[in-house]
Amino acid sequence: MSDENLITSAQNTWCPGCGNFTIQHSLKSVISVLESEGISRERCVLVTGIGCHAKIADYMKINSFYSLHGRTIPVATGIKLANPGLIVFCCAGDGDLYAEGLEHLIFAAKRNIDISVFVHDNRVYGLTTGQYTPTSPLGFKGRSTPHGTKELPFNPVELMLCAGASFIARTYTKHPPDMNIILKEAILHKGFSFVDILQICASYYNLTDFYNKRIYRKESNDLENFESACITSREWDYETESGIPVGIFYKKARPCFENSFMQKKPGDKPVQEKIKAFLQTRK
Amino acid sequence: MQEFSVLVGGKAGDGINTTGYVIAQLLNHMGYYVFMYYDYPSLIKGGHNFTIIRAADERIGTHCENVDFILALNAETLQIHKNRMKNDTVKIFNGDLVKSEGISVPVSTILKSNNFPDVMKNSAIVGAFAKAAEIPWEVVKEVFILHEKKLTAENLLVAEKGYEASIISFPIQRRNDEPRPLLTGNEAVSLGLVNGGLDMYISYPMTPSSSVLHFLAENEDNFGLKVFHPESEIAVILTALGASYAGNKVAVGTSGGGFCLMTEGLSLSGQAEIPVVIFMAQRPGPSTGLPTYSGQTDLKFILNAGQGEFPRFIVAPGDPVEAYTWSKTAMDIAWKYQVPSFILSDKSLGESTYSFDNPVQSEINILSSDRQPEIPYNRYSEKNDGISPMAHPPFKGEIIKVNSYSHTDEGITTEDPEIVKRQVIKREIKEKMLLEEIENLPSVNLSGDKNADTALVSWGSNKWICREIARRHNLRAVQPVVLNPFPEKSLKNALKGVKKLILVEDSKRGQLLDLLTLSHINVDINIQKFDGRPNSIPELEEKILKVIS
Repeated sequence: MSDENLITSAQNTWCPGCGNFTIQHSLKSVISVLESEGISRERCVLVTGIGCHAKIADYMKINSFYSLHGRTIPVATGIKLANPGLIVFCCAGDGDLYAEGLEHLIFAAKRNIDISVFVHDNRVYGLTTGQYTPTSPLGFKGRSTPHGTKELPFNPVELMLCAGASFIARTYTKHPPDMNIILKEAILHKGFSFVDILQICASYYNLTDFYNKRIYRKESNDLENFESACITSREWDYETESGIPVGIFYKKARPCFENSFMQKKPGDKPVQEKIKAFLQTRK
Repeated sequence: MQEFSVLVGGKAGDGINTTGYVIAQLLNHMGYYVFMYYDYPSLIKGGHNFTIIRAADERIGTHCENVDFILALNAETLQIHKNRMKNDTVKIFNGDLVKSEGISVPVSTILKSNNFPDVMKNSAIVGAFAKAAEIPWEVVKEVFILHEKKLTAENLLVAEKGYEASIISFPIQRRNDEPRPLLTGNEAVSLGLVNGGLDMYISYPMTPSSSVLHFLAENEDNFGLKVFHPESEIAVILTALGASYAGNKVAVGTSGGGFCLMTEGLSLSGQAEIPVVIFMAQRPGPSTGLPTYSGQTDLKFILNAGQGEFPRFIVAPGDPVEAYTWSKTAMDIAWKYQVPSFILSDKSLGESTYSFDNPVQSEINILSSDRQPEIPYNRYSEKNDGISPMAHPPFKGEIIKVNSYSHTDEGITTEDPEIVKRQVIKREIKEKMLLEEIENLPSVNLSGDKNADTALVSWGSNKWICREIARRHNLRAVQPVVLNPFPEKSLKNALKGVKKLILVEDSKRGQLLDLLTLSHINVDINIQKFDGRPNSIPELEEKILKVIS
């Protein structure tokens, strides 16, 4: 099946130059590759929040749940618990996931549920026309903070390490081949996978030059090393003008949450028999 | 009606509820219908807890203010409940802590003689009660073997000493009825959901809904369930919608404050047509209110919660039998119409224990559409009946898209005015069909004197007290079980010929009152209760007699 089949007829309304195009292209490639390796696309489910990123649910011709602002992860959690055979990944925005959705992100990492989260991190609210997000730098002038923000950004990569995510990576939309590799690895990783995707917002926060100058690929030959992952994650704090490492920072095998739940078995006694038996104990 | 009541009181942590349950089982094994009310403050240790167990030779669902036995585990109990005592109330108490007339049980002496731990003290009181009520020793033995699973032999020994230390004071007659299962309303909701095919239950703890979470978690292996307590009620409802999309039958449970957090998810269920059952156990608000007490003040909230207009089903069972039956029905309706479906309960129903002798097979059958999904599959396509065949991933060769935005048949976002209009009408058609269906179900109960021109109308846990008073005073008792869509036709039928309508509700403003007014049903008298405590006999009876004489 060719890549083109993975795109719906919905009209694309992203701005020219938007990083979302690259992410969509990358996901398309990854799904095609997975399909050639035996993972059929019917088994894939995309969950999105609300924001520019989320339009990808309309554009990708795969199963999708176009959820609410900040609420990709609980929906994805429910899908995975209901049917662990499904491959579930979330496309979320930085405003979406790091603000309203933050508690879900931390808990999903803590549980190590086998879903993947791809954050379209352009460090600005696009769809609501340019307000600061939790990863905007101090002093960012947005429409809700015309005189500059008064708060520091937080570092989501470091946060995910502390919360227990078992796959942590950062990538950049101007590095498509690397992004393909990272998204595929994230999907195939058994456990909670987190990828912060740096992208520019062509309309409200175009950091192309800033990123091109600073982003460099970080290679690690000891991905299970938590301490060195911490050091890598702290090289750039989303605020200071340092080098920005991209790549897989951390990867470790850990039991998955969904495997600890009961699944109904075909040979089970009818439920009414069980209720009858239970009622006997209350006589 | 032959009846009597037993009060057990002590401090929180004394095991009042479990002792009350053993007493209820003794009376169950003596052949009586029982009802047990449990009253406790919102704390772990200290404070006063009590339970009133009422037994009768016919079905009951309310407690009585006056009691025939009082079992005092501390001195405070006799003081607090002195108004509930009659001249001949039998007082049975822990003689180490209480000085009074009556049956003094030497608890510490009994325990010390066998070196038994303090936690077994209540068995001595239970034994003393059994003798006072002339319950044969073999019945005590049978009940302890069946229901006192920990240290059964030791507890029986303690009970026997209590039995020996007591005297026959208020003999009760043994009836021929076989023991019936004893269930709380929350247990009946749980079993009803299981009967409805529940795969997953998701809940964040909140009194008085938590006992459903605890019960299903305890029994998850037995019933093949996935029970999950996530980070918040927002996560609860969104996780449920994800699971439902992926093909699980799923229910969530909460109380008012937790439901506040669920409203965005509720509206998503309406827009994306994803079925979910919401168990909502009321307690008095506003805000944190009275966590461990009861009220009926969230009906209008449930009716109106969530932005936008979309259909929802609300059922308010009046006892465990209805809770069991209608919980399955709530699930059947949610999945047939692909709507959110509420089971609206309250603390009084949820945490009181009742005799339950319902057949396991439900008598209400909701036939679901047998229309198969068409290929190519579009999640929201329909044939003018509003209902789109629902498929779940993975669906071979097809994709399934659900959406919180206004959407096309495929599930793709649209702002096209014609498609938007069609989607709105689609939701409206579902509501109309649902109304038609519930008007053909036993959505309104009619009892008492069915021709009387004075009627009591109530909902939820006030069902049985209204029935009992209606029977005693030749009144009509009417109880809408389904509250949305409102079964106006069935209700008006049940109220035909009524000249005086009395509303009994645990609220100040009248929640059902507004629904009745919208249906042009005039309420003459509104009997309110808003102190968190359930109505009891004879308290409510007196209020009613005052307005009908």
